[in-house]
Amino acid sequence: MWDNYPFGASPSPHVTRRHLYNVENLKDHARFFFEHYGLTERDLERYLAAALSAGGDYADLYFEYLSSTSLMVDESMVKSASQGISAGCGVRVVSGERTGYAYTDDLSSDRILHAARTAALIASAPAKATVQGFQKSQARSLYPVTLPSVDAEISAKVELVMRADKAARAFDPRIKEVRASYADELRNILVVASDGTFAEDSQPLARMNVSCIAKTDSNSARGTSGGGGRVALDFFFGEKTPEYFAKESARQALLQLDAREAPAGEMEVVLGPGWPGVLLHEAVGHGLEADFNRKKTSAFAGLVGKRVASEKCTVVDNGTMPWRRGSLNVDDEGEPTQETVLIEKGILKGYLSDKLSSRLMGIADTGNGRRESYEHIPMPRMTNTYMLAGQDNPEDIIRSVKHGVYAVNFGGGQVDITNGKFVFSASEAYMIEDGKITAPIKGATLIGNGPDVLTRVSMVGNDLKLDEGVGTCGKDGQAVPVGVGIPTLKVDRLTVGGTARKDTGGFMQ
Amino acid sequence: MTPTELETGNPKLETDLREVAQDIVARATKAGATAAECVVREGDEFSTLVRLGQVETLKESGSRSIGVRVFFGQRAASTYSSDFSTAGLDRMLKSALELAKITSEDPFSGIPSADQLGQLTTPLDLYHEDVYSLPGAARIDYARRAEKAALDTDPRIKNSEGGSFDAATGHKVLANSHGFVGEYKRSYCSVAAVPIAQTPEGAMQRDYWYSVARTLKKLDSPEHVGKVAAERTLRRLGAKKVKTSKVPIVFDPMVSTSILEHIFEGINGDSVYRGASFLAGKLGQKIAGDIVNVIDDGTMPGGFGTSPFDGEGIPTRRTVVIENGVLKSYLLNTYTAKKLGLQTTANASRGLAGTPGIGPGNYFLQPGSKSPKDLIGGIKEGLYVTEFLGQGVNLVTGDYSRGASGLWIQNGELTFPVEEITVAGNLKELFFNISEIANDLEFRGSVAAPTIRIEGLTVGGE
Repeated sequence: MWDNYPFGASPSPHVTRRHLYNVENLKDHARFFFEHYGLTERDLERYLAAALSAGGDYADLYFEYLSSTSLMVDESMVKSASQGISAGCGVRVVSGERTGYAYTDDLSSDRILHAARTAALIASAPAKATVQGFQKSQARSLYPVTLPSVDAEISAKVELVMRADKAARAFDPRIKEVRASYADELRNILVVASDGTFAEDSQPLARMNVSCIAKTDSNSARGTSGGGGRVALDFFFGEKTPEYFAKESARQALLQLDAREAPAGEMEVVLGPGWPGVLLHEAVGHGLEADFNRKKTSAFAGLVGKRVASEKCTVVDNGTMPWRRGSLNVDDEGEPTQETVLIEKGILKGYLSDKLSSRLMGIADTGNGRRESYEHIPMPRMTNTYMLAGQDNPEDIIRSVKHGVYAVNFGGGQVDITNGKFVFSASEAYMIEDGKITAPIKGATLIGNGPDVLTRVSMVGNDLKLDEGVGTCGKDGQAVPVGVGIPTLKVDRLTVGGTARKDTGGFMQ
Repeated sequence: MTPTELETGNPKLETDLREVAQDIVARATKAGATAAECVVREGDEFSTLVRLGQVETLKESGSRSIGVRVFFGQRAASTYSSDFSTAGLDRMLKSALELAKITSEDPFSGIPSADQLGQLTTPLDLYHEDVYSLPGAARIDYARRAEKAALDTDPRIKNSEGGSFDAATGHKVLANSHGFVGEYKRSYCSVAAVPIAQTPEGAMQRDYWYSVARTLKKLDSPEHVGKVAAERTLRRLGAKKVKTSKVPIVFDPMVSTSILEHIFEGINGDSVYRGASFLAGKLGQKIAGDIVNVIDDGTMPGGFGTSPFDGEGIPTRRTVVIENGVLKSYLLNTYTAKKLGLQTTANASRGLAGTPGIGPGNYFLQPGSKSPKDLIGGIKEGLYVTEFLGQGVNLVTGDYSRGASGLWIQNGELTFPVEEITVAGNLKELFFNISEIANDLEFRGSVAAPTIRIEGLTVGGE
């Protein structure tokens, strides 16, 4: 429970579209909605009571105030700069397995009550559940907003994109086109629920991206690089500079100028550390989200306790890593995030759950209930998903391959969770011939089967790395930031979608 | 344009959105902006999902938002907000005016000239109140009926991701400092089913089908949608990998639209002026086989890509993009047209923030005369693709590599289902290798293409 809020009585229904404030003046994220929208504890109870008025079992409110900035430099000019604010409240009512949802972008009492009554209609009985006393969740600070990035001097952000442009062009005269962008946001949330949940958080998110096109008389190629996390602006002046991303982007573009045809068919594949962890996200992560398993629509349904990977594989989802893009102090249902073991030494241990699946399946809530915004219903989602480091030396892993592909950078991926088939598209890859990395190859899609691809992991490196902070995951039309990571991995057999003939094996014409 | 009353389940918003937009523009110029443009959007959505006969979710809401773009000479910036209070709008405008100080002088920036502005006045048939006319119980029933039809088709369909019914309306207003003000409303409804079929061994497959329309009257029956979804799902049961090979490939209309999207990505002005596409500079040249004709038409009554004016207030039009394989026109907005020394094709698409992008109107591949069955009938050994997985397309180089599933063609017939394969090649050749185009063009969105046959691609498998 919290003590005195600044505005004693509940405001009249028409007052509430309050004056908007400057986030830069805000020192402490706690009580954001109370101080700025005149919200009171009594209001929250009233809204929840309205949500439960038709007999729902559970109701929650998700208040969100999102402030964003983005800048882009193209042709060495800052062509685009934008800022915006989006605020609203989503009301959810659960009755058995049914969910009613309504939202409003107007935080006045009458509009929130209207949304609550609309969501309430999912149930049709006299009110039975009551609102429990609010229990404020334990404050945690994985990403303290020391320097409020969102409203920091805009000129510093301009400097970042201009420096990236300059560094990419300076890298090589063949770099002809450069686009560098910077985007950040600060999301203030308040989640309260009829079960007593009360959680506030202030979630920063920043990202830089640099894309280059390299051109010669005969060829063109592209490269992209980027990164960030739940960090402040100083991150890009210290740990990961614009020059770092610019050089990486330019390097990839130049490399692709000389890339040869990728091979086609099944072969040994070595994945480099870091972002290639998108393999885990697609091959196993989505399939282990509890909603799909509750509905038995996932290829992983019923496999808890069974072997789904080789003994060398231990996979976790961890929302508690400081500064990481996929991290959260609390999930979007107000539940603290945690580290959840998904696969331990090859055995499937459990699923990623939200409140609804946790209750309906009788499993623990792992703090993975997430949503894109107040307009969306939360569901089980990943945070940072990675494989723990193994014993193998990365060089030995490469040396063990006679003929295969070494893939170190990827675009995105996709999975069909029902039949388990997944893809991920390599953007930087090389041939491995007789244990040596040889020529770079053109981008190619890799395709496999989620429930058995990890059983073919025969070597796991000692070099676990997480990605730079670029991942955005989409599910049912909702986008949320995530992280992935792996050590260097060897998969004994995976289908590579190139165009070149294999040296051996039948190639039907 | 005569304003029509927007019927929603929400309390009425009293504000006149045209006045709000015009007022923001007037205040921006009064504050010193040399040009300004304001967009206001308002919408309502309803959706319901029924799974295994039970309502699983019910969602209903409305929202609105506003965005402004201001120019100081050749510098521009934009801001947006969901807050329509006086203070909220003040802050939005003030931020835009400040932000414009830090952007660069871009000689090609600006809103269209006054003589380019305008809107179609012919009836476009985009808005039908009937998408919200069904009572709540009947909407749920649409979803239930679609799922039930799928479940009833075959005992191998025991599970489902559900049947759904969605309805939405959107209202858009655009105003700028040349005095342009326009608005339009569009409606939408859809019914879908996503069944899951299972083999006796437990292997599962899912597929889906849907119908979408601007009015309930044009929506297919839920029973039809459910049945087609079931058939598409059942035919995937028992799918297997095939050997790596190079064979003719037939693209189902659900995936042939992706080829049109790649062409769009390659010929839109933004890719062209940056040289980010292998099609840049190819105007007037052959980029595809003789049989390929591609049209973009933002004026088709009732179309999913139709509007009276584009994102910058220019009347939409019909543009021949590819004629007999020759690239006749890029698709452009004002900025990219100026960069390339051409005229805009009225394809500006305007979000709330940022510079306008480029979007298609009703963008389609002209159909041929053969039936899809005839296309398949002419193939001895080949692949019929029904679904792609992942992206895997590089417009700079044309490299093309995608995950796929579908059915194997033997002696002119669809035989067994295939999955966990890739389809790869290069778009430079692929566009020339479209060897046949069927007659089954149907708009299920703003981009449409009939069944097509493509030669020379590599199927990656075992």
